[in-house]
Amino acid sequence: MLRLAVDIGGTFTDLVLEEDGQSWSTKLLTTPAAPEQAVLDGTRRILALAGRQPAQLGLVVHGTTLATNALIERKGARTALVTTEGFRDSIEIAWEHRFEQYDIHMERPEPLVPRPWRRGVPERVAADGAVLKPLDEAALRAIAEDFRRDGIEAVAICFLHSFTHEAHERRAAEILAEALPGVGLSLSCEVAPEIREYERASTTIANAYVQPLMAGYLGRLESGLREAGIVAPLLLMMSSGGVTTVETARRYPVRLVESGPAGGAILAQAVAAECGLDRAVAFDMGGTTAKLTLLDGLELQRSRQFEVARAYRFVQGSGIPVRIPVIELVEIGAGGGSIARRDALGRIQVGPDSAGSVPGPACYGNGGTEPTVTDADAALGRLDPARFAGGSIPLHLDRAEAALTGLGTDAAAGVAEIVDETMASAARVHAVENGKDTAERTLIAFGGAAPLHAARLARKLGMARVVVPVGAGVGSAHGFLRAPIAYEVVRTRHMRLDALDAAALEALFAAMRAEAEAVVRLGAPAEELVETRTGFMRYRGQGHEIAVPIATLDSAALRAGFDAAYAALFGRTIPRLEVEALTWTLALATIRPLPSPIADPPPRPAPAPAAWRMVLDPATGLREEAALHERTALAPGMALAGPALIVEDATTTVVPRGASARVNALGQLVLEIAP
Amino acid sequence: MRDIRLQVMWNRLLSVVEEQARALVRTAFSTSAREAGDISAGVFDLEGRMLAQAVTGTPGHVNSMARSVVHFLREFPVETMKPGDHFITNDPWKGTGHLYDIVITSPAFHDGKLVALFSCTTHVVDIGGLGQSPDGRQVYHEGLFIPLLPLVRGGVWDESLLRMVRANVREAVQVEGDIHALVACNLIGERRLSAMMEEHGIADLDELGAHIIERSRAGMEAAIRALPQGSWDGHMRIDGYDAPIDLRARVTIAGDHVAVDYAGTSAASSYGINCPICYTEAYTAFGVKCIVAPTIPNNAGTLDAIRVTAPEGTIVNALHPAAVNARSTIGHMLPDVVYGALHQCIPGRVPAEGTSNLWNLKLGAGHGMTGTGGGGTPFMVTTFHSGGAGARPRQDGLSATPFPSGVRNVPVEITETIAPVVVWTKELRPDSGGAGRQRGGLGQVMEVEHRHGAPFGIFATFERVHYPARGREGGLPGAAGRLSLADGTVLKGKGFQVIPAGGRLVVEMPGGGGYGPPEERDPAAAERDAAAGLVAKPLMQLLDK
Repeated sequence: MLRLAVDIGGTFTDLVLEEDGQSWSTKLLTTPAAPEQAVLDGTRRILALAGRQPAQLGLVVHGTTLATNALIERKGARTALVTTEGFRDSIEIAWEHRFEQYDIHMERPEPLVPRPWRRGVPERVAADGAVLKPLDEAALRAIAEDFRRDGIEAVAICFLHSFTHEAHERRAAEILAEALPGVGLSLSCEVAPEIREYERASTTIANAYVQPLMAGYLGRLESGLREAGIVAPLLLMMSSGGVTTVETARRYPVRLVESGPAGGAILAQAVAAECGLDRAVAFDMGGTTAKLTLLDGLELQRSRQFEVARAYRFVQGSGIPVRIPVIELVEIGAGGGSIARRDALGRIQVGPDSAGSVPGPACYGNGGTEPTVTDADAALGRLDPARFAGGSIPLHLDRAEAALTGLGTDAAAGVAEIVDETMASAARVHAVENGKDTAERTLIAFGGAAPLHAARLARKLGMARVVVPVGAGVGSAHGFLRAPIAYEVVRTRHMRLDALDAAALEALFAAMRAEAEAVVRLGAPAEELVETRTGFMRYRGQGHEIAVPIATLDSAALRAGFDAAYAALFGRTIPRLEVEALTWTLALATIRPLPSPIADPPPRPAPAPAAWRMVLDPATGLREEAALHERTALAPGMALAGPALIVEDATTTVVPRGASARVNALGQLVLEIAP
Repeated sequence: MRDIRLQVMWNRLLSVVEEQARALVRTAFSTSAREAGDISAGVFDLEGRMLAQAVTGTPGHVNSMARSVVHFLREFPVETMKPGDHFITNDPWKGTGHLYDIVITSPAFHDGKLVALFSCTTHVVDIGGLGQSPDGRQVYHEGLFIPLLPLVRGGVWDESLLRMVRANVREAVQVEGDIHALVACNLIGERRLSAMMEEHGIADLDELGAHIIERSRAGMEAAIRALPQGSWDGHMRIDGYDAPIDLRARVTIAGDHVAVDYAGTSAASSYGINCPICYTEAYTAFGVKCIVAPTIPNNAGTLDAIRVTAPEGTIVNALHPAAVNARSTIGHMLPDVVYGALHQCIPGRVPAEGTSNLWNLKLGAGHGMTGTGGGGTPFMVTTFHSGGAGARPRQDGLSATPFPSGVRNVPVEITETIAPVVVWTKELRPDSGGAGRQRGGLGQVMEVEHRHGAPFGIFATFERVHYPARGREGGLPGAAGRLSLADGTVLKGKGFQVIPAGGRLVVEMPGGGGYGPPEERDPAAAERDAAAGLVAKPLMQLLDK
């Protein structure tokens, strides 16, 4: 089947076309005013490139940063909030905390809904679901009138304990739908039926805020594709690493944030399967950020907590929390464009601010004067000035060096070492938070800057091997085509394991299954589905739940599952303590078999280097000649020893002294690094 | 390259303690540890000098834990330490200020050689005695006192000690769980440190430690030398438990250090709001550092640059056996006192006074508290909340946000799920932020009832009820806090009190002080406040006051 993937990023829109193992790719500048323009232009271009007709397309999978950007740039709808009387400020009070201990100038992000549009309605449900105060419908009608007068375009409804008792939110939605025709409504009992009022309201509001925009965009995209003669179904990539239908995307657009990185993680999963890697780390490093994801037994780490638009040095707590299924990854403000400086103690600091694409790093020659990671890479000799970005951006080495001079001696090596150390620290802390370790894994590196830093990062994390896949520059789009059609449903139902009501739980899961199936069947009417149940549990008295896979719904089995998960995370269990569960999820997905491990190709001699370049190794401080190889000139089975540089259009892979590189049967570069 | 190599190792050491801290937060049991990050973790050289510390939720451990390692070394000299040893204390004067904080210090070995010490602390769920009450008259009332003792020797746990702990606390399993978590946290530190030393091929931390301390000391000195030199006085009167307390600080900027002396401060209280000097030092140093050198990591080099003294027997240097359980009541107010002095030295750099003291709701019911029968299910629950912070020189104060503490709240839905209470209101409190060119942060109002109309009690440790947060440079004070019942009965700001059956507790949290004259407020900002309903009273009315 001819399948197309389109990934709209901040700067570029990437397209990948695949058919029976053949693939084509192209890249266009994103068209922010009308993002569908680049999608449609790119589709025409890539079909022409492959010599195929629009009608031949069997599937289009799409991911976009549109929703994320609307949240970051505050360009969503005029959104209002209806909540329980006495709680209109939950969304502003947030966690009542300072996320940066020592900065007295810190500001929390402004709520997406300003206070006049946050309105409390008399109503109240208790934690056990009992109605303490009925919904005051007249009061709600009066509020609706105010909303109409203020030109409100979307309303989020979030009442306390609505995950236990939905009736008040549903009745409120009926009243608002009647009073405010055409206004989008998001109900917290549908968008995020999970305990914790701030996070639930934040998620519901984010959904309402981006919904009109996304609905408009998806409508234009659908009709544009139809007009272009494409009859293939359109599926949307979600943050969970699954894809869904346009209809679901329109209802729950908040699930589309962070779809690009999810695509990258899915690609890494496929690479891990091909290379037979039981424990890996996906490492994506671009212009402004780096992202790292842990892979164990080919399983991606999953979570339900995510923060969009972290406004303060990517610090946890400085963004908008959304409770949606996501592939757990750690994001660091470290990319090619990250700016380096010396702090008050004379220490080199890199990022998180970035020179972006305009003016970009100093070596671009577009007016940038501050030293960046790319400038350091250039000054270390890692980049061929004539080959950067396929030759489209000629690099000015003299400007890189001039910019770095301000940082003092050994600046280029210092910047490279510090940025690698920063990423390594974030990865280690992330791993320990998940009860894991980074040592003895394989690093899968993609994104323009990752292969330049992968070998050193791997060494710092105690890893001996790096894989650089083919087409690493459009990795996310490749991943889209490997994603299952999937949907995850969540419910909060507080239960102590020693007083488990298995029948109630079974009924709950049956309802969740029905809800998930209704969504998944839209995109996969007849395919076989796989169901995953998870409970989020803790020892009574704790504040954080851990995810526990569920096989059987009985007290002893759940306790055993909890013990195993707790021991895996924290290395021990506490036998005498009670366990309670708060939240349950059910994920339903089509089956996408992972590729089988490939065999090693017979060894072949590598061609003579195309050239030699002087490179400086930041690990040793030594400068020496490195062999320069074109990646296209390296065929499966070929191997070479470092120091070497393997150059391709989108990136350069650095092979340091003591390391070796070989090309496997799929054309992937495999680096072995001496411990 | 040497310099870069040392910087890389310094960063790695910070990452090691960060990993240590995260592991502890994830495994701790008490609300304050897990929601508020009320924990600490650090690595020390063999003389007990701190080299790196994790940035965690509360500054109260900043240097109190750092100093505690020296006490351990005095009791257990390094040459007697063996692999698999771990030492314990909760001595308020040698640890971190009250019995609830357990400190564990452990030697770390690399290639069989003792190379460093790891120390960490957490606030446990219970320590016996009166519980979370400030009503103790002596530390003996406040629970189990664990002197500096070996807890594990060569990998063998002292079971007698653990039995003693279990027998003296209300939540034995959880407290023991926390002790295990602390030991595990130090073991993580040791393992990571060893891997780092292996990778960099170093056999000891001498060169790295000297580099860290020297660089940090020089950075602090440069920052301090950039300030006007001299002495300035700060004074603040606060509610106290049964009588107002005067807090006085003389801040002296003298070349390479800042000295803060609390001479003239009121004598220790006969209730549990006293601060051991270690805790006074922690909050004082934190307050100074936020202004003078916020980005320099904490270590022995930075701690030495801030010297804190107080006459013995004052409330900020309370001696054994003073009761100290709610020592944060005083400790949290100290940065405001220091800022009163610093403002004269460096105008335009420090914020106005804020609520500062946490307005945590410590609620409960049960035998002996709310009667002996018909009181419904016994429960204890603590939720963390804050009033408004002081206005900044160029920014409004943060509403419902702690400073100097760094705690985080507990969701209402969680509280209601685990305890029989209903929170009817939790909203910003209009007009509570002190007016000013920059407005003080707003407090919040919370209204709480028992779910089934039974009586329940509150352990109150609230400040700013009689003496609100003052503004600066013409800014007006924030609103005073108020504790009452919905029927109008006014409750006290301190001490255990019972809300009768069917009663509703109304907690009006204080606002932060304003900064600069209110008439200089940007009209657009004033209009925004009015439209949002944050400021209901017209400005002129406020000025008439």
